[in-house]
Amino acid sequence: MNKTVVVTGLGATTPLGGDVASTWESLLAGDSGIVPLTDDWAAELPVRMAGKVRVEPSEVMKPVERRRLDRSAQFALIAAREAWKDAGLEGTEVDHERLGAVVGSGIGGVTTLLDNYDLLLSKGARGVSPRAVPMLMPNSPAAYVGLEFGARAGVHTPVSACATGSEAIGYAMNMIRSGRADVVVCGGTEAAIHPLPISAFANMMAMSKNNEDPKHASRPYDKGRDGFVLGEGAGILVLESAEHAAARGARVYAEIAGVGMSADSHDIAQPDPTGEGIAAAIRKAVEDAGAEPGQIVHLNAHATSTPLGDTGELRALRMALGADAEHIAISATKSMTGHLLGGAGGIETVFTVKAVHDLVAPPTINIVELDEEADLDIVRDEPRKLPAETEAGPIVALNNSFGFGGHNVVLAVRRV
Amino acid sequence: MATQEEILQGLAEIVNEVAGIDVEDVQSDKSFTEDLDVDSLTMVEVVVAAEEKFGVKIPDEEVKNLSTVGDAVTYIQSHQD
Repeated sequence: MNKTVVVTGLGATTPLGGDVASTWESLLAGDSGIVPLTDDWAAELPVRMAGKVRVEPSEVMKPVERRRLDRSAQFALIAAREAWKDAGLEGTEVDHERLGAVVGSGIGGVTTLLDNYDLLLSKGARGVSPRAVPMLMPNSPAAYVGLEFGARAGVHTPVSACATGSEAIGYAMNMIRSGRADVVVCGGTEAAIHPLPISAFANMMAMSKNNEDPKHASRPYDKGRDGFVLGEGAGILVLESAEHAAARGARVYAEIAGVGMSADSHDIAQPDPTGEGIAAAIRKAVEDAGAEPGQIVHLNAHATSTPLGDTGELRALRMALGADAEHIAISATKSMTGHLLGGAGGIETVFTVKAVHDLVAPPTINIVELDEEADLDIVRDEPRKLPAETEAGPIVALNNSFGFGGHNVVLAVRRV
Repeated sequence: MATQEEILQGLAEIVNEVAGIDVEDVQSDKSFTEDLDVDSLTMVEVVVAAEEKFGVKIPDEEVKNLSTVGDAVTYIQSHQD
């Protein structure tokens, strides 16, 4: 018998705010977190904008701790501390043997790697930091989150490009379901605002080059969309078995009810144009949650603002759910945060949980002319109230995350 | 050539930066590992920063002999160019 898994804590640091409350407020207000990159190193790049975290780690983390952590681990730890406190676990006795951590990023400690390569070239081998390896390894954020709270049930790092954050949360859910842990701190993080990844993504023709108008560059479902805008930050959740949460009287935001995963097996970077892989993941998530399609009232879409991806995802939603796709309020929050790569599934699951708990779907901004292929119910410009119940039962929301490599991960969140 | 006092002050600044220890706590009689919480990786950071600051070479095999701040000050002072 699988255990029920609930969310008891949320944490985030994003281009919209240094915590969940400020991020959520900005999100509902339709703010953009995208800013021009004014650093010297950005002057000659084809892309000169990004979603930088609104609150720098230096404002909330001591210098010594910062110099020992890659920026991606700094974000993860800041968000994890918020989630832990939010869950009411700070200062409590937890059973460390029953505590896990699952945190991933899309491309690991890339700025640590590249900064140390610069040191190698300028100062020689002696100049490379003895801390470079534990900082740049992709499991570093998970390891530091595990160390912070004393997680001994298992510390893991799934990696699936831009599906990473959601895959980590699905992995954490399964740790609790299967009885390996009672509490798991999980999510995604990314810190890749550096000229090399930006140049590489730009050369793939994946990024918007609308440098003159950063706040309107990320525009999912708009006819003129021309690629994603890179963001940075982390979103972390505390998941807990329902019985463990009840036993300590914890506040419960929502249930993580199911996960659906599939692989396109089509192309290393392009999504399968038939949408079959995505549709399969959606169906599996709904089935895994034991939900009826009629309960699904909200989707936090992957929608990165790429010409093919955004509408392909909507076709897949219709393929998976038929007419039930039409009563789903669809939000593309990357229009405001930019695309956090491995961090996206983390913050967007936080948003999905908040939507189900607060009964409001965040808006999608920057749609000037709606693509006619975006023929489902897109929540535009203003937030939308959600019902608590449907005829089929309590509401369910989905969070879609897809990654280069053909990874599809869909999480189902149910109101409790 | 840095004086003994200047070296101590410089080392204290380095230990403060890499290990977060207050500058005034870094005194000659303090042990790096016992008193200042400087682990082996942090010691490498201290050594590399000290090499750069004072223009000396501190070979890896020498580092294990530098148990106190005073040991490091003496080594640096006697090996400056």
